[in-house]
Amino acid sequence: RDFNERCAQCSEVNWGLTDGGRLYCRSCHNVTERTTDVVNSDFVCNSRIQTISKGLKKQEKTDGGCEWYVCEGFQLVLKKQAEALEALGVCPQMKDEVLCNFWRRYLQKTKQAYCNTSAGETVKALSVCDSSTDVDSEPETPSPLQLLSLSESEGDLQTDSSFASSISKVSESTSVCSGSVDGSLYLMKNRKEKLRMTMPMTLSFCYMALLWLREPMTLSDLLRFVVEGHIPYLNVFQHFPEKMKLYGLDLKIFRVESWPVYEEVYNKMLELAAFLDLPRFPDITDSCFLHPDMLCMKYLMEANLPDELHNWTCRVVKKIRIGEADFLTLVPGNKSTRNVKYDVLAAAVIVVVLKLLFLLDDHYEWLLSDFAEERNKNNKEGGPYFEFKKWYKVIKCSLDVKQKKLDEERAKYLWRCEKVLFYSDKQKSKVLKRRQTAVNLQNQFGKLSGSVLPAEKPNPSSFQLSWSEENTDGSCFHGHSLKGVLQEKHGLLTVKNPDYWLCTVKLCNEKTCGHLAHYREVDFPQSYHFVIQLFSFLLRIQPSYIHDEVCVVEHKLFNKKLCKKPKYNTGLRK
Amino acid sequence: MDGFLEEEEEEAAVAATKKKAAVGSALLPALHLPFLPPHLYQPASSHEYKLNFKKSKEMCLSYIQDAMLQKQWKKAAEFLTFYIESLEKDFSTEYVSPSEMIWRIGTEILCHHSRSSMKEFNSFTEQMKSLGVKRYLKVCLEHTFHLLCNGLIDEAYQNLSLSESWRFGEQTVIQDKEMKLIKAYKGLLDYYNWSKQKNILLEHGQDGFEDLSVEQEMHSYFRKAAVNLKEIIKIPGVWDLFVKCYVDLLEFYGDHNEARQVLNEYAYNSKFPANPNAHVYLYQFLKRHGESKKSLVSALKILHEVVPSHELMIDFNIMLQKSKKRKRRRLGLEVIFAVLDYAGWKENVKAWSCLAKQVKQIVISEKHLDWIQQEWNSRKDWWPAFHFSRYSAKRNWQENESLSYEKALVAGILLGKGCKYFKYVSHQGCKAQVKRFRILKKFVNKHNPVYLRISGLSDCSVQP
Repeated sequence: RDFNERCAQCSEVNWGLTDGGRLYCRSCHNVTERTTDVVNSDFVCNSRIQTISKGLKKQEKTDGGCEWYVCEGFQLVLKKQAEALEALGVCPQMKDEVLCNFWRRYLQKTKQAYCNTSAGETVKALSVCDSSTDVDSEPETPSPLQLLSLSESEGDLQTDSSFASSISKVSESTSVCSGSVDGSLYLMKNRKEKLRMTMPMTLSFCYMALLWLREPMTLSDLLRFVVEGHIPYLNVFQHFPEKMKLYGLDLKIFRVESWPVYEEVYNKMLELAAFLDLPRFPDITDSCFLHPDMLCMKYLMEANLPDELHNWTCRVVKKIRIGEADFLTLVPGNKSTRNVKYDVLAAAVIVVVLKLLFLLDDHYEWLLSDFAEERNKNNKEGGPYFEFKKWYKVIKCSLDVKQKKLDEERAKYLWRCEKVLFYSDKQKSKVLKRRQTAVNLQNQFGKLSGSVLPAEKPNPSSFQLSWSEENTDGSCFHGHSLKGVLQEKHGLLTVKNPDYWLCTVKLCNEKTCGHLAHYREVDFPQSYHFVIQLFSFLLRIQPSYIHDEVCVVEHKLFNKKLCKKPKYNTGLRK
Repeated sequence: MDGFLEEEEEEAAVAATKKKAAVGSALLPALHLPFLPPHLYQPASSHEYKLNFKKSKEMCLSYIQDAMLQKQWKKAAEFLTFYIESLEKDFSTEYVSPSEMIWRIGTEILCHHSRSSMKEFNSFTEQMKSLGVKRYLKVCLEHTFHLLCNGLIDEAYQNLSLSESWRFGEQTVIQDKEMKLIKAYKGLLDYYNWSKQKNILLEHGQDGFEDLSVEQEMHSYFRKAAVNLKEIIKIPGVWDLFVKCYVDLLEFYGDHNEARQVLNEYAYNSKFPANPNAHVYLYQFLKRHGESKKSLVSALKILHEVVPSHELMIDFNIMLQKSKKRKRRRLGLEVIFAVLDYAGWKENVKAWSCLAKQVKQIVISEKHLDWIQQEWNSRKDWWPAFHFSRYSAKRNWQENESLSYEKALVAGILLGKGCKYFKYVSHQGCKAQVKRFRILKKFVNKHNPVYLRISGLSDCSVQP
């Protein structure tokens, strides 16, 4: 039977892969007996692909676990994450077609599967889905000393403080190094040229797939869903099958003890896309969610700013040509252009527009606000003029409340799951005992605390703040007009404000300095800082990232003027 | 009691470093460059913003501390529930390990929380004991205190007896001091039982009825208490409670020499921290046994140096005033002046009358006016505002006539008849037709030149 064969039940040709690697019919969900030997891929058309026949898995190690490889673990993680994304409404192709193919390609590129194993290398060949292997040789057991030095130099992996202390224990019984077959080998391999899989990288994979499909989910959304627990990441190993024993060095690979970081996931995604030799990604056009015009609209709504501002963000986007597909679309490996962080870019555009209109110098925006207030008092007709002061008060209040809640949630974050991990069997009883004590104490003090139930998981939403016109308390500014800050000139609406200030006169070199600009709160007006802070909260990233992006957008916008006469206060007319 | 993860872990770590050090010293002394902090070779990144297990727990801890400072025990308990997780990652690298934190915070919460109970506290303590051998005895002591505070003396005694017999290899040796404390507190409870038996016996004794078994029991309590109490007070420290009880036992059985020796040691051994009570106990003991004036004076003199405002200073002044020796009377004046430097004594009639009496004596005898002058010199800048303002004259007069009388006398002599305090009080006194105030006025007027001499205003100030 081949891939093009008709289904025995419904005679459709629409095959999918089950997690067991079996073919199933997408139309009638009939699962065939046969596992796939054929790799179905649009990208992977490498002649070196090997067809791996299904072999019997070597079962039953001494501890009742089965043999498994690190990459199988990651594959499980990815699968769980893809399923969660699907449940969040991402299109179903993502798992079986996009992510799966990316992963296969990764395995092939890293010579873990789908390739002729080069001699001398202890790389296992294994199938993607069935994880079968017939290589029996045990990997060499690394000496604890090597491992120790490794643990010191490894910055990207989660290092557990218990690791160093446990090393001495491991050395006593060198047989216990990891539950997986290649756990120790995996950590030891110095793969500078190859991207070694890590937990944060699973999210890079997910984001890459989302980007490929142009799904309406930004990286900041993705990471927020991870933190909120909608996408498995922390303690994902608890979903591993019973027989996949996890101990020793596996902990260092799969146990996560920190939240994923935007930059890290993003940069790894870029590296990964280049490493996999992916072609140019599908174009980001102005009908895509990731297009700045779309994202600006979303963030304007979330930031409770007047809809009219969208007109201005679009003008800025157009003027500096950041709305063009060539600028927005990811071309893997292209080092000549700066890669786009869609969410950060959109936020930066909004900040620049606010600066154009309101200057945000702790003076002019209040002046305009007083003017608008006066006008709103005397004239009730037509929509109200936008009052910066009122907006500030409303946002500040709700931001403070949300921030406080977020801080408390962070402090109350539970990192451990029910499945207990331990380094070696020797520690098992101790770890379990300690867990028991902890559970007892948690029960005892849980009873004494005000709220017995842990905070419920929030429903996944792409909006963190929501404002509705229906509220009669006037806390929604979407419909407010910008008339107070604009004036008509030659039939065109222009900004009343004739001035502008640049966040920085000269951009730094990102490659040597690590930053394009430098952000110190005290150096900037408080209104500016407040706006930055607002977007920092919405995107859950550091204020300085947004500031950097603001500087870039500004420099593009004022590029000509900067070249002509480098003056700090540059007038802008459109 | 075999699951003491934290301790073993640490020992292993210590052993490992020792081994390393040994290897290192065998080789040539190599230039050992320390690891650079990551921010030096990496551009500042988001890592400082990265939330991880440790940071999350630190945040949690600061929430607990805030809640505790504001006595929000429910909130503290709530956050503690989440902090407890750090127990599972406790490898005691921090100065105060998470398990110790949990013990301390948990104890505090259970002591104050409205819904906590003794049962709750006991089960918590048991868990804490098995969580860390290193502070096993400390936890026991804390438990005992809690039991005692709740009046559960028998349970506390039982708890101490159990802890006393605790054995855990080297740990028992390391916790030697705690063990001595455990024993001392057990001794204290033995003393408590002894004194209960003693009272029964004394009551019965009055009825002419003697119970041999009660007496025997009492003596056995005495022996147990004495042994442990004697041990602890050998160690330098502040042991007021233990010393008092031990001395009481000794005195009851007539061993005055031993008692005196103990008290002398406690007061004068320089290894012990300075402790005013040590001198108080010694003085009280000496007084009880009618010891010589000289020894009493020397005991109180030290107390005067350590705590000039001590309440015994009034007795001390009275004792010194009566003395025939000039030096002692001089010291008496110094003592009473010093007492009144303290706000706590400001309105004490007894203290003021002591000063008034001595000052009056000196003025009448016209001898040793320089004593007053010397004491007054350092005080003339601030005493008028501190003691002799018009406001305090008004208040003293309204609230306490005798106080105002004594103070007016002192004020009149030290500051002259023109002083506000004296003027106001004597005026009011005369108006109210109280005889002693009229006499006071005459007295001060008569001795006004003394004021001039004291304050150095008079040309004829001659040193006597």
